[in-house]
Amino acid sequence: MRAVACRDRSVALRRGGAGLLLVLLTALSTLVVGSPAHAATTPCSPDDATACLNVTVTVPGTGPAAGVALEVEGEDGTVTATTDDAGKVSVALTTAGDYTVTVDESTLPAGTVLRDPDENPAVVTVALGRSAGRIVQVVPPGQAPPSGQTETASPSAGPTTGAAGTDLDAGAEAEASAEASAGPGTNRYAQLVLAGTVFGVLLALAALGANLIYGTTGLSNFAHGELVTLGGMTAFMAVQWWDLPLWLAIVVSTAAGGLAGWLLNRVVFGPLRRRGVGVTQQMIVTIGLSLAMLSGFLFFFGARPAPIVSGISQRMQIGPVQISGQSLVSVGIALVVLAVVAFALARTRLGRATRAVSDNPALAAATGIKVEAVISRVWIVSAALASLGGVLLALYLNTTRFNFGSTLLLLMFAAITLGGLGSPLGAVLGALVIGLVVELSTLVLPSDMRYASALVILILVLLLRPQGILGRAERIG
Amino acid sequence: MDYGQLFTNVLNEMLGPTAIAYALAAIGLNIHFGLTGLINMGQAGFMLLGAYGFAVATIQGAPLWLAFLVAITAAVIFALLLGLPTLKLRGDYLAIVTIAAAEIVRMVGRSTALTDITGGSEGLTGNAFKGTFQDASPFPDDRWTLGPITLATNTSNSWWLRIVGWSLVLLACLLVWRLIRSPWGRVLKGIREDEDAVRALGKNVYGYKLQALVLGGVFGALGGIVFVLASSVQADSLGRPVTFNTWTILLLGGAATVLGPVLGSLLFWGALVFVRGFLRGVVPPDVLSVQQIEQIGWILVGLTLMMLIIFRPQGILGDKKELAINAH
Repeated sequence: MRAVACRDRSVALRRGGAGLLLVLLTALSTLVVGSPAHAATTPCSPDDATACLNVTVTVPGTGPAAGVALEVEGEDGTVTATTDDAGKVSVALTTAGDYTVTVDESTLPAGTVLRDPDENPAVVTVALGRSAGRIVQVVPPGQAPPSGQTETASPSAGPTTGAAGTDLDAGAEAEASAEASAGPGTNRYAQLVLAGTVFGVLLALAALGANLIYGTTGLSNFAHGELVTLGGMTAFMAVQWWDLPLWLAIVVSTAAGGLAGWLLNRVVFGPLRRRGVGVTQQMIVTIGLSLAMLSGFLFFFGARPAPIVSGISQRMQIGPVQISGQSLVSVGIALVVLAVVAFALARTRLGRATRAVSDNPALAAATGIKVEAVISRVWIVSAALASLGGVLLALYLNTTRFNFGSTLLLLMFAAITLGGLGSPLGAVLGALVIGLVVELSTLVLPSDMRYASALVILILVLLLRPQGILGRAERIG
Repeated sequence: MDYGQLFTNVLNEMLGPTAIAYALAAIGLNIHFGLTGLINMGQAGFMLLGAYGFAVATIQGAPLWLAFLVAITAAVIFALLLGLPTLKLRGDYLAIVTIAAAEIVRMVGRSTALTDITGGSEGLTGNAFKGTFQDASPFPDDRWTLGPITLATNTSNSWWLRIVGWSLVLLACLLVWRLIRSPWGRVLKGIREDEDAVRALGKNVYGYKLQALVLGGVFGALGGIVFVLASSVQADSLGRPVTFNTWTILLLGGAATVLGPVLGSLLFWGALVFVRGFLRGVVPPDVLSVQQIEQIGWILVGLTLMMLIIFRPQGILGDKKELAINAH
């Protein structure tokens, strides 16, 4: 019964995808025939007197939407423009300030609506010498989230709405990766397996640090998700605000993560350990830290998605699946880093010392290992890995957001619990399983319950095999 | 800046349904953590289940008492589901399982698949389920003024809700006060201090922990009902941060004390509204927007939680000797 329903669903989806493509093709052809001038939008490059406002209209999983009319209104007056074949509009502006971008909903490709109708019109802040970007996503009507969902941090009018700040979790689950949605010419199952593997590898990178910290200090770090966000946000600032190239942004965010890890251990957790504060108290400290950092990100960046790279990366067809170049590079970096970490743990002095501390800190200290120095380096490495993972995940998910790490936190916990708390290889295995489950669960469950399925696995693992795949039974006490 | 208005707002918030709801949730958490030493990181899940149980039952036509019963039953079942597999494991496993389970409840509740029942991410509007509660009020529909505060007697964020809410808090405090002094409460405290010792005395530690988890969860569900009777059921308004706030409240007032959770809730909401209102009055809006001031409040909450644990884990009313936070 269930299998039949599921097959019907996937067939319907595939048909939906094909229909959408047809519609898009029609829209494209009419555009090309109707107004060839639009194809040659002059690219805008920011300089001291010019700012660029780039708007990209895209149908997730299908591609850019051409021929969408939009209006940019602000200090420079009103400019109307139409998206080109790449779904882009580039408006050159000579005055800094807030500009209102209004998408004309009647010009969207037939059969689609705005994904976030509440964000139309949207206000984009433009500064001279910089590019400001905005991605407008359009989807078939059924996939549009109900209005109000994206306004996660609506200002509260009076003091009585005490709960306004508490819905920090909303919204981010709706962010689906482009990889998961099967475009034309792909096999849906193969595509989902690929998407799950990619997500799993990136998740492994982010989760590995949490497991290293757990292994050496016994601490479940609830602020680990915020370290992931830190990476994504630093990369966003580096690319969008400071105009650094992407590779340098990745390096900068990894370094920022390492610095944050060093600081946290130096200022907060090192002193707590010296005072003999228990692991449970430390865990509650990480919760406070996570709340403070989450609100801090919201304070500085607002609730809007902050895409590191504006625009959609080109997708390539490999056999029955499609993958964007961006994701491919992300996975490549993640695999190399994971291999380096695995090698370091197995062969280097620090790696051996780390494993010795994980096994038995007292014994390690007795054999002459400086336990505190090892823990300090583990914090640095762990936070740097989290930040790097954050950048790569943000590239994969196409955007980052103030709460993007905290929505992934429980998936990371699920991954390391499944793999075995304290076991680095287990974390990688666990993350792969979680990644696959998250993506493949969309075959039978609505996609907004993807993350829930991973949490069900977490609970089942604790029920059936609490030490996880590679963990040791004595740890669960 | 208008200090009179500011203090009226602070007073209103301290007496309001949010403070009541959090006080009830913190009383429940106190039974988990303060008395038994269980690290429940999913109190918001209990609140949300209580809210859904009450609202959905009422919408389906259940009378008031049945709606309360449905909410309580939902919390009991949830506690059993969580407790049965995990209470034999070490403490931080319960923490991870409860936080994950609370998230599952929230994600399922806001899922588009259940829009017919739970309203999806838009939730259930207050008017759909407030009727039976408001009809139970003995007061005429009117507006009453007490000191600087004027509110409707019955509708929504009303005097009636405040009277019922604070009565619930009072009853809960009386119950906890009796429990702490009962043999049952002494066993719980024994489990908190040294589980093995209690087991050596022949007590069924697992059973006691389960009872504590269920009882505390029921108070969480009651808190959830009060919370939504003032506004609407919206899954995202009862997410992880709610649990963290409840922890801050409990640790602020003092875990393992009778009045600690109530004092904590009063101070927490009073201080939060004061800081926001004060900053809004002092800082010009072009320096910090309203949203940013709101975030400053939450940053302070996070820092308060950290500072409390580090410098004063017993809170305001607690006894440091009694409370050694250690997971079992």
